Amino acid sequence: MSDATTGSRAPRPAETAQDAGSRAPRPAESAVEVRGVDKVFETRTGQVQALDGIDLTVAAGEFVSLIGPSGCGKSTLMRLIADLDDPTAGTLTVFGKSSRQARLDQEYGIAFQQAGLLPWRTVAANVALPLELHGVASADRRSRVAQLLEMVGLGDFADRYPDQLSGGMQQRVAIARALAEQPRLLLMDEPFGALDEMTREKMQTELVRISAETGAAVVFVTHSIPEAVFLSDRVVVMSPRPGRIQQIVPMRLGADAARAARTEELREERTFFDMVTAVREALHGGSPVASGARGVETR
Amino acid sequence: MSATASTAAATTGRPKRMSPRTEATLRVVAPIAVGVIVLGAWQFLVTVVGVSEYLLPSPASIIEEFIANWASIASAMLITGTNALIGLVVGSILGILLAALAARWSIADRMSAPLIAALAVVPIVALAPVLNSMFGADSQFGRQAIAAIASFVPVFINTLRGFRQTTPVHRDLMKAYAANSQQVLRTLTLPTARPFVLTGIRIASSLAVISALVAEYFGGPRGGLGSLISTSAASSAYARAWAYVVASIALGLLFYLATLLLERLVLRRAPSGGAR
Repeated sequence: MSDATTGSRAPRPAETAQDAGSRAPRPAESAVEVRGVDKVFETRTGQVQALDGIDLTVAAGEFVSLIGPSGCGKSTLMRLIADLDDPTAGTLTVFGKSSRQARLDQEYGIAFQQAGLLPWRTVAANVALPLELHGVASADRRSRVAQLLEMVGLGDFADRYPDQLSGGMQQRVAIARALAEQPRLLLMDEPFGALDEMTREKMQTELVRISAETGAAVVFVTHSIPEAVFLSDRVVVMSPRPGRIQQIVPMRLGADAARAARTEELREERTFFDMVTAVREALHGGSPVASGARGVETR
Repeated sequence: MSATASTAAATTGRPKRMSPRTEATLRVVAPIAVGVIVLGAWQFLVTVVGVSEYLLPSPASIIEEFIANWASIASAMLITGTNALIGLVVGSILGILLAALAARWSIADRMSAPLIAALAVVPIVALAPVLNSMFGADSQFGRQAIAAIASFVPVFINTLRGFRQTTPVHRDLMKAYAANSQQVLRTLTLPTARPFVLTGIRIASSLAVISALVAEYFGGPRGGLGSLISTSAASSAYARAWAYVVASIALGLLFYLATLLLERLVLRRAPSGGAR
């Protein structure tokens, strides 16, 4: 990781793969395996089928986005992977373990749409929270926190309180906190959903850099097509009621798909728009969309 | 803080407003002015209009009595204040502990809910004669118990509410961290509840003084503010009775301000004034 931080944005696919491999004891092992998962919510008006027969594999080091309209169960699926809810049927494994065991072993880091910082703790203390809970010695904690805050560009804000930061900065603190224990898997539920468009694009670029640096697999929930296309190796398009996987669209952005190569210029390349169109058509049920790719919704 | 506020006002070009300093001065001066006017009118009624000194002692004679009886006023404040303080501390500790139990186990909540509702509506002073005869005429315990019961209710209710203020995203986070219940309590539940607990204690502080004082009207050892007020009034020394009332108000204010200060100290965070 240390050489990746200092390195340029030059494409290094082999190195990225090797980096991910050195973290996982078994390189062939997938980060997330979802097999035949159903989720039914009991509500006052009856049962709601949130997810129906979901099968999905996320490889180690892979960036996968879940996209779909509201109510398609994308957040529910992420919560099941995180073991924050239990599936009604089917199995979920994270790095070969049950999702519960993976949670207890802290195999993943997580970030939500709300930053969810503790308002009475400083930025540094918020990032240190998971380390503190898991008994990391205070000297190690301090150096790790400093390193993380440097990574998300908030080195000067360690002693501030969350309410003194902008929404984008708070979200960066939340991402630093999610990365605190160097997880091999990062779960993100619309982490940029509440940010303005400019901040959002900046955060996306930073996330691409950070995920390339850490080599972690990412499951990223969003309802923005350009965001999914820009960030992902594969985009999982979901449909609502009941939540199903409609199509999985692999992203082929340029000759070289390494994450490190995804820079701001990518947003203006032809392949980017082609991929946006592909995801868009998948979302609309496979039928070609009449208007040009440029008319796409931006959020 | 004031610097950022004024620069913000300058840069955004808002319509002219009072400067923070004027506002702060006004906040202090305005109530004092009202007090002076009321006292002046009162003195005017007695000395010029000629309302009987017997019915309504003038502020001047009350102050005179206050100075003349300062020694007994001070010792009375000490006695009543001690009772109120012991009651406040014990009642608050019980309130916080029981609220923690009720928040943790819903069965405890359901068991205690009717009891708390009953305690909240009992006119606490109605217990005074009963407790006085229970613990004997020379014991301060009955008064302390009454102050404790009076303090308990607001502390319990506020603390319980505070324990229920954790947000779903924080609870999810704690679950994702596989934090045990002790850790959740220490890092999330208690800090979330802290402002609510302190508000409860602040409300309880005035109630503790009032109940400790009123409990003295119903017998028990002499010497507190309450018993001195009733004795003075019974012997038609109205100005002296009023002097003790003034002392009671001062004691209540002292308790309130002390808890307010505690709240400020505990909830104080980094010096604010950073950019938002």
